[in-house]
Amino acid sequence: MLDGDEIGRIFREESGRSLAALIGVFGDIDLAEDAVQEAFAVALRKWPRDGLPPNPGGWITTTARNHAIDRLRRETRGRELLSEVAVLSPDSDDPGKPPEVGAVPDDRLRLIFTCCHPALSTEAQMALTLRLLGGLSTRQVARSFLVTEATMARRLVRAKHKIKAAKIPYRVPEAHELPDRLRPVLAVVYLVYNAGLSGPAESGLCAEAIRLARILGTLMPDEPEVAGLLALLLLTESRRSSRTRPDGSLVPLGEQDRTHWDRALIQEGQAILRQCVRRNQPGPNQLQAAINAVHADAATVEETDWQQIVALYDQLLGVTPTPVVALNRAIAIGELQGPAAALPLVEKLDLDNYYAFHATRADLLRRLGRHREAAAAYQRAAAMAPTEAEREFLRMGGRTSR
Amino acid sequence: MTHYLLSVHSVEGEAREPMTDEEMAQSYKQLGVLEQEMKSVSAWVVSGRLHEPDTATVVRMADGAVVTTDGPFVESKEHLGGFYIIQAEDLDGALGWASRVTETIKVPIEVRPFVGFEA
Repeated sequence: MLDGDEIGRIFREESGRSLAALIGVFGDIDLAEDAVQEAFAVALRKWPRDGLPPNPGGWITTTARNHAIDRLRRETRGRELLSEVAVLSPDSDDPGKPPEVGAVPDDRLRLIFTCCHPALSTEAQMALTLRLLGGLSTRQVARSFLVTEATMARRLVRAKHKIKAAKIPYRVPEAHELPDRLRPVLAVVYLVYNAGLSGPAESGLCAEAIRLARILGTLMPDEPEVAGLLALLLLTESRRSSRTRPDGSLVPLGEQDRTHWDRALIQEGQAILRQCVRRNQPGPNQLQAAINAVHADAATVEETDWQQIVALYDQLLGVTPTPVVALNRAIAIGELQGPAAALPLVEKLDLDNYYAFHATRADLLRRLGRHREAAAAYQRAAAMAPTEAEREFLRMGGRTSR
Repeated sequence: MTHYLLSVHSVEGEAREPMTDEEMAQSYKQLGVLEQEMKSVSAWVVSGRLHEPDTATVVRMADGAVVTTDGPFVESKEHLGGFYIIQAEDLDGALGWASRVTETIKVPIEVRPFVGFEA
C-alpha cells in the first residue's frame, strides 16, 4: 500500500531529474522547486487512491510542469516568459497522460555543474547539490550538517539568488573547461561522503554521496575520474561499520575485523576500478580507490602489499603534490621500511596545524621507543582532532582502550 | 545579456614587484589589445582608471543641507583603482574577461552583476 513515506521516497529518487528538466524549461530554480513541491502534494492525494502511475518520474515532471505553467499564466511577467518558452504542446494539460519528458537528454548533468560552480562557496555547493539533485528537503540537509533549518534555508536562498542575479550558467562545460569544472563536482560528492562519516546522525550522507556518484557515473560514463570516485566511495563504505565501535570511538585500519568488511561493496568497487584504469588516464580518485583496493585484498593487516601501496602513493603525489598525500605516503613507508625511515619524511612536512600530522609523528615516535616525545605529540594531536572519538583515541596514546 | 561591473582593487602601499618602465608599457599595450577585443565583440560598455583615493571628495546630506568633505567615503587600505562595465551572456563569460584582465595587470578583480541594467 502506498503511504506518505513511500511516496516521499519515490519523490526523493525522482525529483532531481524532474527539477533539472523544469529548470531547463523555465530557467528558474524557485519556480521549478515550487512546482515539484506542488506535484508532491497532488501525489499524496492521488496515488494512495489511484495507485502508482506507470512512470512516476514522468508523472512528476508533467504534473509539476503544468503547475508551473498555470502559475505563470496568472502573472503578467510569467506570460511574457511563457511566450519565450516553447513548452505549450496542446496535449500537455492532462497530468494523467503519459509524459513526453524523460526521454530527453538528462538535465541533471547541467544542474550539477550549476550547483558546483566555482563562483559558489563549497558549503553552498554541497547544500545545493543535496537539495536540488539529491532531492533532500531543506530540513534534511540542515540536519545532515548540524545547523538549524533557518540557517540552511538562508544559505540555500542566498546561493540560489546568486545563481539568478549573477547568471551562473545552466549548461555542461565545454570539453576544454571540463577538467577544471569537474574537480569541484567530484570534490562536493566526496565532501558529502566525508560529512557522513562524522557521526551516526550524519550517516545518511554516505548513502546520499554514493547515490550521487552513481548518478554522475551514468551521466558521464567516459570520465574515468567519475568512476574512480564511485569506486573509492564503495571501497571506503565497505569498511564504514568496522571503523567505529558502538561507543563511537575509532578503530584503526590495522585493528579492524576484516571479516566484517562488506565483500559485495568491495567486489563492486574493485570491478568499477578495473574498468576505469583500463583507460590509462590516472587521476587522484582512481589512485586513492586503488590504494583502498589493495587494503581490501589483504585478509589480515600483515598480508598488506605495502610495496604496492607506496608505489600508488608515489603516483598520487605526482598528480596531487600536497603535504597530506606526502604524509600518507610516509605512513606507508613506515609500514614497509619501519618508523626510522618514515619519521624524517614526516618531520619535514609543513603540517603543524593538522592533527593527523601530530598523530602520525606520535605513532612513529612511540614505535621508536621515544615515549616522552610521543606523549607530547599525542597531546598536540588530541587538542586539534575534529571529533570527540578521535580526541579520545589520541588521548589514550593512539591505542584502543580495551 | 547581463551587465557586470569588473572592479579593479588595489591595496594601498602593498609591496608589489616594481614594474620597469618597459614592463609597464608592455602591460598597457596588452590591456589596450584586450580592450580592443572586448569592443570588437561588443562586450565592452565603459571602462576607466581612477586617481588615488586621496583625490576623492564626498558630498552627503546633513540636516537637510548638502555638506562637502574631503577624502574617500570609506577609509580602507583597499580601494577601487579602476573598473570595466561589460556585458556577457552569463557569469562564465564575465569571468572569462575578468581572468584576462587580472592576468594582464596582476591585480584582483571583483565581478558583480548589475540589477536590471539593460542597454
